[in-house]
Amino acid sequence: MSYEAKLRVWRGDADGGDLQDYTVTVNEGEVVLDVIHRLQATQAGDLAVRWNCKAGKCGSCSAEINGRPRLMCLTRMGDFQEDQVVTITPMRTFPVIRDLVTDVSFNYEKAAAIPPFTPKPREKDGTYRMQQIDVERSQEFRKCIECFLCQDTCHVIRDHEDNMPAFSGPRFLMRIAELDMHPLDTVDRKEFAQEQAGLGMCNITKCCTEVCPEGIHITDNALIPLKERVVDKKYDPLTWLGNTIRRRTP
Amino acid sequence: MTDLHNYDVVVVGAGGAGLRAAIEAHDQGARVAVVCKSLLGKAHTVMAEGGIAAAMGNLYPEDNWRVHFRDTMRGGKMLNHWRMAQLHAQEAPDRVRELEDWGALFDRTKDGLISQRDFGGHRFARLAHVGDRTGLELIRTLQQRAVALGIDVYMEHTITRLLTGPDGAISGAFGYRRVDGEFVAWQAPSVILATGGIGKSYVVTSNSWEYTGDGHSLALQAGASLVNMEFVQFHPTGMVWPISVKGILITESVRGEGGVLKNSEGRRFMFDYIPEFFRAETADTEEEADRWYDDHANNRRPPELLPRDEVARAINAEVKAGRGSPHGGVFLDIASRRSAEDIKRRLPSMYHQFKELAEVDITVEAMEVGPTCHYVMGGVEVDPESQAALVPGLFAAGEVSGGMHGSNRLGGNSLSDLLVFGKRAGTAAATHAKASMAASITQEALADAEQAALRPFEEKSGDNPYAVWHALQAAMNELVGIIRNADEVERALATIEELKAKKLSVTGGRAYNPGWHLALDLPNMLRVSECIAKAALERQESRGGHTRDEFPKPDAEWGKLNLICTLNDDRSGIALTRKPLPVMPPELAEIFEETL
Ligand SMILES: Cc1cc2nc3c(=O)[nH]c(=O)nc-3n(C[C@H](O)[C@H](O)[C@H](O)COP(=O)(O)OP(=O)(O)OC[C@H]3O[C@@H](n4cnc5c(N)ncnc54)[C@H](O)[C@@H]3O)c2cc1C
Ligand code: SF4
Ligand code: SF4
Ligand code: FES
Repeated sequence: MSYEAKLRVWRGDADGGDLQDYTVTVNEGEVVLDVIHRLQATQAGDLAVRWNCKAGKCGSCSAEINGRPRLMCLTRMGDFQEDQVVTITPMRTFPVIRDLVTDVSFNYEKAAAIPPFTPKPREKDGTYRMQQIDVERSQEFRKCIECFLCQDTCHVIRDHEDNMPAFSGPRFLMRIAELDMHPLDTVDRKEFAQEQAGLGMCNITKCCTEVCPEGIHITDNALIPLKERVVDKKYDPLTWLGNTIRRRTP
Repeated sequence: MTDLHNYDVVVVGAGGAGLRAAIEAHDQGARVAVVCKSLLGKAHTVMAEGGIAAAMGNLYPEDNWRVHFRDTMRGGKMLNHWRMAQLHAQEAPDRVRELEDWGALFDRTKDGLISQRDFGGHRFARLAHVGDRTGLELIRTLQQRAVALGIDVYMEHTITRLLTGPDGAISGAFGYRRVDGEFVAWQAPSVILATGGIGKSYVVTSNSWEYTGDGHSLALQAGASLVNMEFVQFHPTGMVWPISVKGILITESVRGEGGVLKNSEGRRFMFDYIPEFFRAETADTEEEADRWYDDHANNRRPPELLPRDEVARAINAEVKAGRGSPHGGVFLDIASRRSAEDIKRRLPSMYHQFKELAEVDITVEAMEVGPTCHYVMGGVEVDPESQAALVPGLFAAGEVSGGMHGSNRLGGNSLSDLLVFGKRAGTAAATHAKASMAASITQEALADAEQAALRPFEEKSGDNPYAVWHALQAAMNELVGIIRNADEVERALATIEELKAKKLSVTGGRAYNPGWHLALDLPNMLRVSECIAKAALERQESRGGHTRDEFPKPDAEWGKLNLICTLNDDRSGIALTRKPLPVMPPELAEIFEETL
């Protein structure tokens, strides 16, 4: 039932580092994070790794496993052959702090830049009334656990660090779409999406969708509809007229 | 060298309680800093699944705060601080509605209002929810609000000490930055502890690495007191297989949505464990129980939805009697009771969790479940109105505070507790700061705190902190678990003393070094474990989250007493005192006479 797995883990910091080989015991049903914890408890007490829930709910334990961006707590060791070397490296798009921990402050900055939720007033009875069907679109995006794996994967920034200032990445373009589809929100963020968040740089390759552990249809349900709305607004002469010329209130 | 910052209010913790407190203190005009061990948005609150309890009456107009208050007190076996339970029940609906102003999107009723679901111990469907990821919605909403307000957040910083002035009042907090191991201090006249719970002292737990009882321990060391520490909640339904996920939570919503517990003989055994206290309101046939889901008015609730302590003990007894599942739990079956489509829609993350972690399809097979250490009812003794602790300038809110839940917490009552008392703590801390002189921390105090934090690096021949931690977890799990007896608890206390005497050594440097972090968390775990064990030994009765083998029944005299923990005179351990419960005013006591 148990076996000795061969692990390669990237160890180092901003000044450099390399892959180190370890042999660690694996028991039935274990995930990569279990094995990393055993390594920490027995051979490498100072191995840096982030985690919280160990159940795919908090989005802390993101890394690249055999080159693929994944959550360590949802990657079962059983997915690999017993004699296969399992290589674990930090997310490549973000600067490394130490070992498997990266500096994800980019994401927090992009989040803070988005014009915040601004609701319309409540109904006379003090409630908000919304139908389930109307909240469901934004609810899908609110399943996001902010693991930043989509951000890590998106080639716009993965291969081009210089794009980072102009591009918010799929997670935060999706946040804009979420607010745009929110039944109560009153702010127009279409121009922000295009001019500040770099929506136009996304060429809908869907790589972000493929790695999302929550199975959110980032590209189909958020990015493409957002692009359509932005295009409507920019080029549709009717929308343009509606925005510039005050229409009589019906 | 320590970086020094100045604020009016420092909030330790960025879960629901900490963020709600920070937002309120900010709204009151205070300069606020939030300090937390993980990244923003990753605190334990993110894991909450089932919902937020609030008597909004959206589905059952008969529901109101009096019924919620009554359910909460009865669930806590009347040991709750009545005033906290009252404020909680009265204010929870407004605290939930307010989340909508900040962008939260709850599931809706047919009328377009916030939908509410059934949970154990709640008379009416009362839990506002978003599928089974309510905690994520709550924390993200508060996080986004705090960011919009521009509140300063110090992520991945751990507080190791509270600092007090010559008068004993709070002057700030001291800690380290995980990323580089450098020291940071925040000068402030008000500190709010919102650090959550203690579950990491147990092997089988639903809690994350953050739950090392830091806030409980920091409060004790600053001179505050803890109440109700013997009461630890073992959630009845944790995963039991595979071993690596043992303890991970299965939300009570599975039972709220119709799931039932069965033993290896296929029997719905909860019908055999209905206690006298809840007999009048619990169905005694499967037929009545099944009708209840659609008609609460004319049927009594299924015994699967008894308060958690009752269900956890029943599972424990079934397993002991040899009627357990292959991996030492019992079966939780929703597959045979609801359609696959309904299960996936109402319980998406449970479906996901079992598929990913156990390769079990819960729409087809029953889950194997068993009790897991989940929540600590005990915590910092506070004033119900302001959440002020004994130490001037110190406040506590959320799981780290005590009194609200008595001997057992009802599901859904924590998230509402975070919001109600987070807000109250924020107001009181801002008010206290306005009335105080600027705080100042001395160089000596900083030097002393630095030295203490660096000790594990200097110790060359000490023990591996991971080994010491595992020894503590094993002792607590085996000896101070669901069912306790004096012999075992005494053995646990002896182990705790041995572990306290150990010196710890760590390898590596100061930058992001989990071994070092654990070495600094361990004394907190040991201190809190000592509180739990000592109080458990003292209380010679069974009530809520505390069950004594030798004293299987509640005792009327013990029902009038709280146990209070403080540091002993030489600060080497814990001292216990007995304190009479606050007396409920007659107009509230009446509620328990009413037939509802
Ligand atoms: C799996 C699971 C499901 C649950 N489901 C529900 C539910 O459906 N309904 C319900 O009502 N309750 C539920 N609970 C309970 C509830 O989630 C918790 O009690 C609640 O979230 C605790 O919130 P908090 O704000 O007190 O603390 P947390 O959210 O745990 O936050 C604690 C914060 O304190 C910080 N901290 C701790 N120590 C330090 C330190 N030394 N220095 C700096 N920062 C520190 C942490 O980093 C963190 O930010 C559930 C719990 C679990 C584990
Ligand atoms: S779809 Fe757009 S955001 Fe997603 S990976 Fe491709 S380019 Fe990036
Ligand atoms: S959208 Fe998916 S991949 Fe991206 S951060 Fe959110 S959960 Fe992670
Ligand atoms: S530890 Fe929370 S997602 Fe992996």
